[in-house]
Amino acid sequence: MEGRRAPGSKPQARGRGPRGLGAIIGRTALVAILLAVIVGPLLGLVLWSVAERWYWPAVFPQQIGTKYWARITQGDLLGALTRGVSIALVTTAAALVTSVPIAYGAARARLPLGPVVLMLFLLPQAFPQLPVFASAAVLFYRWNLAGTFLGVVLIHLVGGLVYSVWTMTAVFRAIGEEIEEAAINLGASFTRTFFRITLPLALPGVVASSILVFIYSLDEFTGTLLVGAPYVTTLPVYMYTASLGYELQIASVTALVLMIPGVVLLVAMERFLRAEYLAFFGRL
Amino acid sequence: MEVRVENLVKRYGQVRALDGVTQAFPSGALTAVVGPSGCGKTTLLRSLAGFVTPDAGRILMGDRDVTGVMPQARDAAMVFQSYALWPHMTVFENIAFALRLRKVPRGDVAGRVGEALELVELDRVPGVERRRPRELSGGQQQRVALARAVAVRPKVLLLDEPLSNLDAKIRHRVRVEIRALQRRTGITAIYVTHDQEEAMSIADMVVVMDSGRVAQAGRPEEVYASPRDAFVAEFLGATNVLSAGIDPSGRIVPAEGSRLIFRAEDIEMLPSGGPPPEGAVWADGELVDMLFLGAGYRAYVQVGGEVVMADRRTLLPRGPVRLVVPREKTYLFG
Repeated sequence: MEGRRAPGSKPQARGRGPRGLGAIIGRTALVAILLAVIVGPLLGLVLWSVAERWYWPAVFPQQIGTKYWARITQGDLLGALTRGVSIALVTTAAALVTSVPIAYGAARARLPLGPVVLMLFLLPQAFPQLPVFASAAVLFYRWNLAGTFLGVVLIHLVGGLVYSVWTMTAVFRAIGEEIEEAAINLGASFTRTFFRITLPLALPGVVASSILVFIYSLDEFTGTLLVGAPYVTTLPVYMYTASLGYELQIASVTALVLMIPGVVLLVAMERFLRAEYLAFFGRL
Repeated sequence: MEVRVENLVKRYGQVRALDGVTQAFPSGALTAVVGPSGCGKTTLLRSLAGFVTPDAGRILMGDRDVTGVMPQARDAAMVFQSYALWPHMTVFENIAFALRLRKVPRGDVAGRVGEALELVELDRVPGVERRRPRELSGGQQQRVALARAVAVRPKVLLLDEPLSNLDAKIRHRVRVEIRALQRRTGITAIYVTHDQEEAMSIADMVVVMDSGRVAQAGRPEEVYASPRDAFVAEFLGATNVLSAGIDPSGRIVPAEGSRLIFRAEDIEMLPSGGPPPEGAVWADGELVDMLFLGAGYRAYVQVGGEVVMADRRTLLPRGPVRLVVPREKTYLFG
């Protein structure tokens, strides 16, 4: 019996050969496609950012240099960067202060009409962005908020709060109610329970959700253009204006600069964000 | 301290989780509240803790009416099914949290934490105070939760299915430890469980609940021996529930709307035929199968349209048998 079984297993082992090869080819093809999709456009950007002279039909730039990269240190690009970062910081702080109580209330079903409030925050995302922001811009002009720092922060909050309120609701929901009850039961006030038990446990999720808002604000374009331009320019708007003026090099440099915080923060966020927080999105 | 509830009512929409519960939980005793899920036992415990506000009725702890008192001020420490330990704190911090809240002098906190860990026999685990809950086993976590509750020296200890997240072996051990701890401290404990065996083995008194009401309360032996109704008998582990009655000779006869209840361990199996036994309930049937259960065998006997389970130490051949149950070991409910 044993002797018969041993040779029988051999074809199985041999069969693994072609299947293994197929898998390798498949995987290589997949990686190649991913690389082409992700790295391809990036390479184009890099190439454009260092092209000082690049005329058709040349495949590569005729003259390469860092002239356009030097523009980073000059006024307008740097100004747009710092303005964008400060707007993003203020937006994030405002979103945090607003979202924590709303999300906590919704998560513990202590907020009257909790699901309605959550829906309300999702609503702007349900419509095409342009008309939403355009009608907001009309209002902002009436309230003298157009072209102001505050105006841009407010328009960023419209989109940013969706992320923060929904993810933080999931974060607070993931913290069992019994964990809080245990503290209350042993004599801790509701405030102390929130600050000593709930908030420390929610912290990773709160940080992740803040990063989402920060990145959103930093990259936000439509609202910033409609409400802020030409007085308040952030990097995405700057990039857009540059490419309109056929300064593709400036646009490429801006795009590459804009990518850095996004990539860094996304990597950082990956450590904090748990899949279940995002899985909750849109569920009431 | 004696805990009493009087006519306690709690509704959730149409459901009456508590439908007028009146019950005293004796001072210094361990009382188990037992019943199937949805019977209201957890709602009862949570209203004692103050997490559920009853719609009507009163809750008294000693002479104090605590019905409207905030959970923080009740002095009834709770142990949760999920342990509810704070994962961002060490074992020491978990236990010390409430001690510091109660303004225990700084120098005494460590001593009180050590004392609590000793009570739950965790003092022998080296370095346990510095560990975080997730570094401990389930049984150890539940012991820390127990230590956290008794460290504040509460007047009442509330336990909500404290063992149901543990596997069977550890469950039995922690059960014995909880019992020992309660005896040693003399604390008034109220223990909610769905497991009737657990309830009877651990408690000085059992309170059987059914759809928001107390079905029966008393010493475990008492409730087991004389269940007040079919629900209690069934819930406390009666194996045979037949739609049947008994005729004047004591013979089991089919009867609509009447229920005859008895336990597998109380049945004696005799050869079929002969005159009816004196003062006993009996039936002739056909032994269809016997399963080996380790300590003995369980026989399956076809009686009319129903199968009766009977326990026996030794094997019997298949075929006709007579089942005999002492009359006082059977319960007939209309």
